[in-house]
Amino acid sequence: MELTKTEEEAIDGKHGKTLQIAYRILSAIGKATDAEKLVPIYWAHLSGVNYNTIGDAGEEFLSELSEHARFKVRTTVNPTGFDLDTVSKYGLEDKFIKKQQSIQNSYERMGALPSFSCIPYEIFNLPDKGTHVAFGESNAAIYANSVANLITNRESAFSALASAITGKSPYSDLRKDGSQDPSLTVRMKVNEKDELAFGLLGYFTGKVADTSVTISGVKEVDMRSCKSLCAGLGTSGTCGKFILGEKEGETIDFDKKEMQETKDELNTTDKGDIITLGSPQLGLNELLDLSNMLKGRKFTKRCMIFCPRAAQEQARKLGYTNEIQRAGGEILSDCCICLTPLIDKKNIDDVITNSVKGAYYLKNTNQVDVNLKPLKTIIEENTK
Amino acid sequence: MTIKIIVKGKVEGEVMVSKNPINFLGEVDKKTGKVLDERHDLFGKSIGGKILVFPFGVGSSVGAYTIYSLKANSCAPKAMICKKPDITVASGCALANIPLVIAQKEYDSLVDGKKIFLDAESGQIL
Repeated sequence: MELTKTEEEAIDGKHGKTLQIAYRILSAIGKATDAEKLVPIYWAHLSGVNYNTIGDAGEEFLSELSEHARFKVRTTVNPTGFDLDTVSKYGLEDKFIKKQQSIQNSYERMGALPSFSCIPYEIFNLPDKGTHVAFGESNAAIYANSVANLITNRESAFSALASAITGKSPYSDLRKDGSQDPSLTVRMKVNEKDELAFGLLGYFTGKVADTSVTISGVKEVDMRSCKSLCAGLGTSGTCGKFILGEKEGETIDFDKKEMQETKDELNTTDKGDIITLGSPQLGLNELLDLSNMLKGRKFTKRCMIFCPRAAQEQARKLGYTNEIQRAGGEILSDCCICLTPLIDKKNIDDVITNSVKGAYYLKNTNQVDVNLKPLKTIIEENTK
Repeated sequence: MTIKIIVKGKVEGEVMVSKNPINFLGEVDKKTGKVLDERHDLFGKSIGGKILVFPFGVGSSVGAYTIYSLKANSCAPKAMICKKPDITVASGCALANIPLVIAQKEYDSLVDGKKIFLDAESGQIL
């Protein structure tokens, strides 16, 4: 990768330790992806905020980094481990709360907007078509490339952090060729096209696709299903972009059999103690939808609903949260399902969710059983 | 040369081969280095102290922090050899200073338990 004199000096440590770390990361990625140069980016979105995901080593690293590092471009951040407004109800250890707050302080000290959301594309104004961004949250990167007409690679937590500090990213992979012409097509042949089917389609596709993929057999997809597709796709592989359309060439079918096999991999039980909705977090319209679905009904078990604080505040002003809370829903801001400390296998055996990504992390890291159902069925079966 | 050096270093150690790609956040315990996913071919094994050979990293972008944490908790692989580069593994190894190379021709000759010397400075596996 060709670097300017100043960038070379930064790697050698002539411009301080912070820039040395950042450029060392960018240089390693540049080498790995055969980048020619670094290009400016407009917006960085950082993953690695939840204490459960980054641990003590991550917390200490960020605390030290934040003494000198300042972000150069608009920087937003992923969900944390809990909602400060309601955390007292969940019996979390003080240590967790302290460490989580330290992480948040470090990010804010460096200049991050305290968005704590995995759906930055739904709560911030989007820049012009073709703008380079650096999104280190897989569902957000895939959404940016496939739906929002932005350009990003599947950034890692560190690559997005390095881009936030330098305002640059290696010019390679999706940034370079845009992968407008994916070599593989996955054909959606399943008739029921709810968000669970799309999540499973994404998870299946992520395993077989390379950097980008064509998805055929889908004319249009609503926001809930689209987010579910992005999240599923992001969980199982390295694919960073999908294009909806018909295409000749190598095609793999996603039919009932493939859907069942994918579901069997993630669904481990047919019951559930609680319901979780999120992963990705719900946006304003999904909160409206949910409030309509819950009219006159009440949950028969606990239901945790994860959304960005910005969406919750708007929803409250518009009256959507009343109906959800009246029905017994627990609305949580700033956090999400993935690796949440709020679901502990000591207290909870199994969880009902419509999120394929949520299912993957609940099963592997929270080690609880998961019952996957589409939202419509969850509401029908668990409210009265 | 078919070995591409991503993070430099020289190490000697025992190869551990993973047939499956690895999602470091979801599949590896950052405190012990043990593989948590029962469907993964390395389930129950610890990747600490090995020269980890796997196709590529997948899934969560936060896996880079997992790699960094493994190093801080002294249970990181000594080095990693992948078939295909990916940003999560490259950036995690860069920050944690874990030698990382991408190997093509040599990849298939690496078998479980084999003792090798990885020279990620001149680009050789001996």
